[in-house]
Amino acid sequence: MTVEKDEKKGQTQPPADQARPPEELVTFSIDDIETSVPKGTLVIRAAEELGIDIPRFCDHPLLDPAGACRQCMVDVVDDGRGRQMPKPQTSCTLTAMPGMKVRTQYTSPVAEKAQRGMIEFLLINHPLDCPICDKGGECPLQNQAMSTGDGESRYEGEKRTYPKPINISSQVLLDRERCILCARCTRFSEQIAGDPFIALAERGALQQVAIYEKEPFESYFSGNTIQICPVGALTSSAYRFRSRPFDLVSTHTTCENCASGCDLRVDHRRGTVMRRMAGNDPEVNEEWNCDRGRFGFVSGRGDDRITTPLVRRGDELLPASWPEAIDAAVAGLQKAGKDVGVLTGGRLTVEDAYAYSRFARVGLGTNNIDFRARAHSAEETDFLANAVAGTGLGVTYAELERAKHVVLVGFEPEDESPIVFLRLRKAMRKKGLKVTTIAPFLSRGSQKLNATLVSAVPGGEPQALASVDLDGDTVVLVGERAAEIPGLLTMVLDTTGRSGARMAWIPRRAGERGAVEAGCLPHLLPGGRPLSDPAARVDAQAVWGADVPARVGLDATGMFNAVLAGELGALVVAGVEPEDFPKPRIALEALEEAGFVLSLEARESSVTARADVVLPISLLEERSGTFIDWEGRERPVHNVIPKKHVMTDGRALAALTDALGAPAAPRTVSAAKAEFDEFGPWSGNRAAEPRVAGSTAIEVGPGEAVLSTWRDLLDDSRCLDGEDALLGTAQRPVVAMGPTMAADAPEGALVEVSRGQRSVTLPLKIVENMASGCVWLPAHARGHNLSTELEATAGDLVRLDMIEPEASEGDGPEGAASVSTEGTK
Amino acid sequence: MTDLLTPVLSANWADDRPWRINNYERRGGYDALRKALDMQPDDVIALVKDANLRGRGGAGFPTGMKWSFVPKDNPNPKYLVVNADESEPGTCKDIPLMMASPHTLVEGIIIASHAIGVSHAFIYVRGEVLHVARRLQQAVREAYSAGYLGRNILGKGLDLELTVHSGAGAYICGEETALLDSLEGRRGQPRLRPPFPAVAGLYASPTVVNNVESIASVPSIVANGKEWFQSMGTEKSKGFTLYSLSGHVKKPGQFEAPMGITLRELIDLGGGMRDGHKLKFWTPGGSSTPLLTAEHMDMPLDYEATAAAGSMLGTKALQCFDETTSVVRSTLRFVEFYKHESCGKCTPCREGTWWLVQILMRIERGEGVEGDIEKLLDLSENIGGRSFCALADGAVATVTSAIKHFRSEFEAGYTTPAWELFPYEKSALFEAKPLAAASEHAGAQQKVGTH
Repeated sequence: MTVEKDEKKGQTQPPADQARPPEELVTFSIDDIETSVPKGTLVIRAAEELGIDIPRFCDHPLLDPAGACRQCMVDVVDDGRGRQMPKPQTSCTLTAMPGMKVRTQYTSPVAEKAQRGMIEFLLINHPLDCPICDKGGECPLQNQAMSTGDGESRYEGEKRTYPKPINISSQVLLDRERCILCARCTRFSEQIAGDPFIALAERGALQQVAIYEKEPFESYFSGNTIQICPVGALTSSAYRFRSRPFDLVSTHTTCENCASGCDLRVDHRRGTVMRRMAGNDPEVNEEWNCDRGRFGFVSGRGDDRITTPLVRRGDELLPASWPEAIDAAVAGLQKAGKDVGVLTGGRLTVEDAYAYSRFARVGLGTNNIDFRARAHSAEETDFLANAVAGTGLGVTYAELERAKHVVLVGFEPEDESPIVFLRLRKAMRKKGLKVTTIAPFLSRGSQKLNATLVSAVPGGEPQALASVDLDGDTVVLVGERAAEIPGLLTMVLDTTGRSGARMAWIPRRAGERGAVEAGCLPHLLPGGRPLSDPAARVDAQAVWGADVPARVGLDATGMFNAVLAGELGALVVAGVEPEDFPKPRIALEALEEAGFVLSLEARESSVTARADVVLPISLLEERSGTFIDWEGRERPVHNVIPKKHVMTDGRALAALTDALGAPAAPRTVSAAKAEFDEFGPWSGNRAAEPRVAGSTAIEVGPGEAVLSTWRDLLDDSRCLDGEDALLGTAQRPVVAMGPTMAADAPEGALVEVSRGQRSVTLPLKIVENMASGCVWLPAHARGHNLSTELEATAGDLVRLDMIEPEASEGDGPEGAASVSTEGTK
Repeated sequence: MTDLLTPVLSANWADDRPWRINNYERRGGYDALRKALDMQPDDVIALVKDANLRGRGGAGFPTGMKWSFVPKDNPNPKYLVVNADESEPGTCKDIPLMMASPHTLVEGIIIASHAIGVSHAFIYVRGEVLHVARRLQQAVREAYSAGYLGRNILGKGLDLELTVHSGAGAYICGEETALLDSLEGRRGQPRLRPPFPAVAGLYASPTVVNNVESIASVPSIVANGKEWFQSMGTEKSKGFTLYSLSGHVKKPGQFEAPMGITLRELIDLGGGMRDGHKLKFWTPGGSSTPLLTAEHMDMPLDYEATAAAGSMLGTKALQCFDETTSVVRSTLRFVEFYKHESCGKCTPCREGTWWLVQILMRIERGEGVEGDIEKLLDLSENIGGRSFCALADGAVATVTSAIKHFRSEFEAGYTTPAWELFPYEKSALFEAKPLAAASEHAGAQQKVGTH
């Protein structure tokens, strides 16, 4: 089992892994050093273990061996059966055999000459533009030419030249002159990501990486190819020529873009982050990350950054000093008394989430707190309290890899947790994992997982799940969208409970699991303590030294309704975008109507525009903390940019707590974490399971369809503002429907999707296996927010109309023709 | 002289339209198939193994042994793929065979499929030879009509589909794993081995890849028995084979003879070298086999003797060059071919052939510099045996063997262009003028308006 690095104190650990059979070992020698390695180990890996450095380019431990660059040649003086191999062998394709004797460049002149010759060949057509190359200074070719090659070239001929660079997507640039054709990028794309948008073309010395002109390299994982390119052939258009590796300061931290929990290496120069790379954590992201995590980091640099506290004077928000702003905030909050609601959003570190959880109870005396800036339900609240909060490290990445069957429920891993997607794909490729998805159609990601579709129109998922065979070797992965479907989370607990299948809840945002643990829910205290349990309240009172209100609070929807009903006087809002709620209009109205709104934000938003007091919060890169990923694993957030005056949510809330006269709150991140850890695990009764029945299927009339929707990985998230190159690789927004419904309409024809008076028009995409009577649109594509434009979410009935192109001949019905639907009952 | 020849595969080539099925059957064609279908598959394999038929594609691996490597317990279908991607410069045996008597190959495929347990076989034919592909397709059509292919062949319960697939014009697809990739619709590049095709070949299923001539030899072995086959050839290289004589000989062509015939005998059969000229160097098995000189003329042309002489039997494509030929020029032409055909997958072949050509070009121009020969040899050492497949080995074999036997000609390239030492028009088999002179001539013609 995975041993956690920073093990949470007292966290429940899953049972130790069942004893696996001892691995069969092979004993052989490299450079006369005897070693034993598991059967099937490649010689190059065994050499790494011994600390023998064999130069290599095409080899990558996570890619299938290729043997293409021929750099890692070794001399096999005994193949284990007493025979010398006549030719030197590539150690990256050579499996260790018992009794084998291998000699590397350190002990064999043959291996040494083979390697020296190979470097020479690689350099004859390589340009000498190292001084202007992004890779210069961190380049395996440069380094190994120094360690293995000759100082002077014997080549006197002409070098192969190409125009450079060329865009193979808006994000990735290709310089073919520098390419040494190791095929790492093409193998990554095909094997790891399942996006074979790049391939080697042509032959001989003209072989080159190429794209099909109509299909650019629009993979969510394209950035990894830049990182594993052993030369500067693939560069990022956003980073090209921006800095030199030796000028950068690197910090390891955790990616804030989703709940996958990727280790991230952030490189900054003079206080500005220049780039982000995938860190290497074999337990979590291995060596990969997604393009959103890699490239999406400049959104905090825009003109909309808030740098001073703001206090409303009439219609205007005016800069104010901190003491002034705190006083104004306290005055506003005190006026509202206990009728305050706290919305924390899903992107906080666990320390900040804990600070809000504590502030709501201790500072404001209320349980009106909710982190969910998305569709949510009372059923989900109960589900989280019963099956997620305080459960510690549950299903892990390693367990996903070992599972025999994974069932996806309301969850599209490629879009909603890309590293989970990569791990599932790896298990599918290497271990024959069977993936079943309960969805209206096989998405791009599901196809790459070779998933079996259990077709379900939104609303029909509980029934569909009941039809899937689960057992002890099955893992059910539930996405946050399960909250949209009445009865689905009940069914998940029901079926997994009966079958013994494991279950994990995978939210999209990095801070959601931490917020659950911190108690940012109206009926939950830190550590998974049910508010209704007096013993749980006693625990909280002991840690906080203050009374804990016993009355269950309101969830986000409840708070908005209460504000609009005049029952709630004030709202405290952390990083929340009202547009993320299923009904942004209601959220915005509530913010408008609330007597007092306190916003803790880094950037101007539709919340700050409606706030009475705004407290500026530092960017995540300027502070530290902890995320808890979907596994329940603590992931450290380290301070990347050193700054003197850093304001975290927790620090601001501590100041407010003081000003409100409540017992003092922790002022630093470490103090907050220490206090949160004091809660420890909850040993009392867990909250009860939700008991919600599924809804009955809606009737779909002619020209109508049930809407299915989710967010693409790259969409109009404000975290991606300013990342034009990255957004250029996003999926184009479409209306996806089945061939029957599309009738004769060609792909690309415009379809108007409407609900009441609202509508959105997008091009048609025909999806073969779409569930009958269902239509899919991206939820938040750039410029097309369904919640705002259509006020519709998954499961809603929408009307479809084809927009006829202006026909030159009068051969079709005039105007909008109804799309044919089968009309499901 | 004629008793040196043993026409078996080529016996019917002079017949009237020998490629038609009725003409083939009239000579006893498909009788061997009837015989083989009455035998147990393992007995057929044993027969071919005992006859000691060795692969005629170049490497000489025993064909029966290759068949027996196919695992019997693998649940996947088994495939037979015939390598008809004959592209080696100088090699021209499979193409005439398939043109003249395609049914010999088809019959061999059916027998081999019965032996191995194959129900779908493929002929991967070189893409450039459309006429051959058409002839094969016609033969396959005829065989289907006659009930030799399809379901329940000759009522003996064998089901076999045979597909003729044309390549897309790449020499590397003659390499068996690149061929399989190409056949699967991918770009032809050699695969990593293991797994070997016998275990995971076409569509990751057990696959036997055999040369055309190897498979075409099977019907005669079934018909006449192993003793008959073993009565021909030398101690370890049994049977008959097609030798392709080309170059500066009077009557070039295919000569079917027992293994171990000598070049001198073959040149005699071919009417001798051009009048007034004598043999300077030759390749025993196409451009990728190290070249040999006149002193090797009496060497038996079998697998063992050619290897002992430092070369390979290869495809038995005997390209004969007389004393008018520049070794530097012919070496350059060969290496240019390999540079053009290198698939690009591995470094030494891709970059090495690119470099070799540049050095050889300057030696041909008489602009070689001191040390170029040593550099050629050193680069050849860094390429040969270091590359992913055998293509680059063939490329450097021609360089190292040429320097070994004719070093002084390369040294002369430091000072004198090859065309001055060996005027190119003299080695041409037809009247030819150097390019410059030819264009002058053409220009003159245009001027007087005679064209």
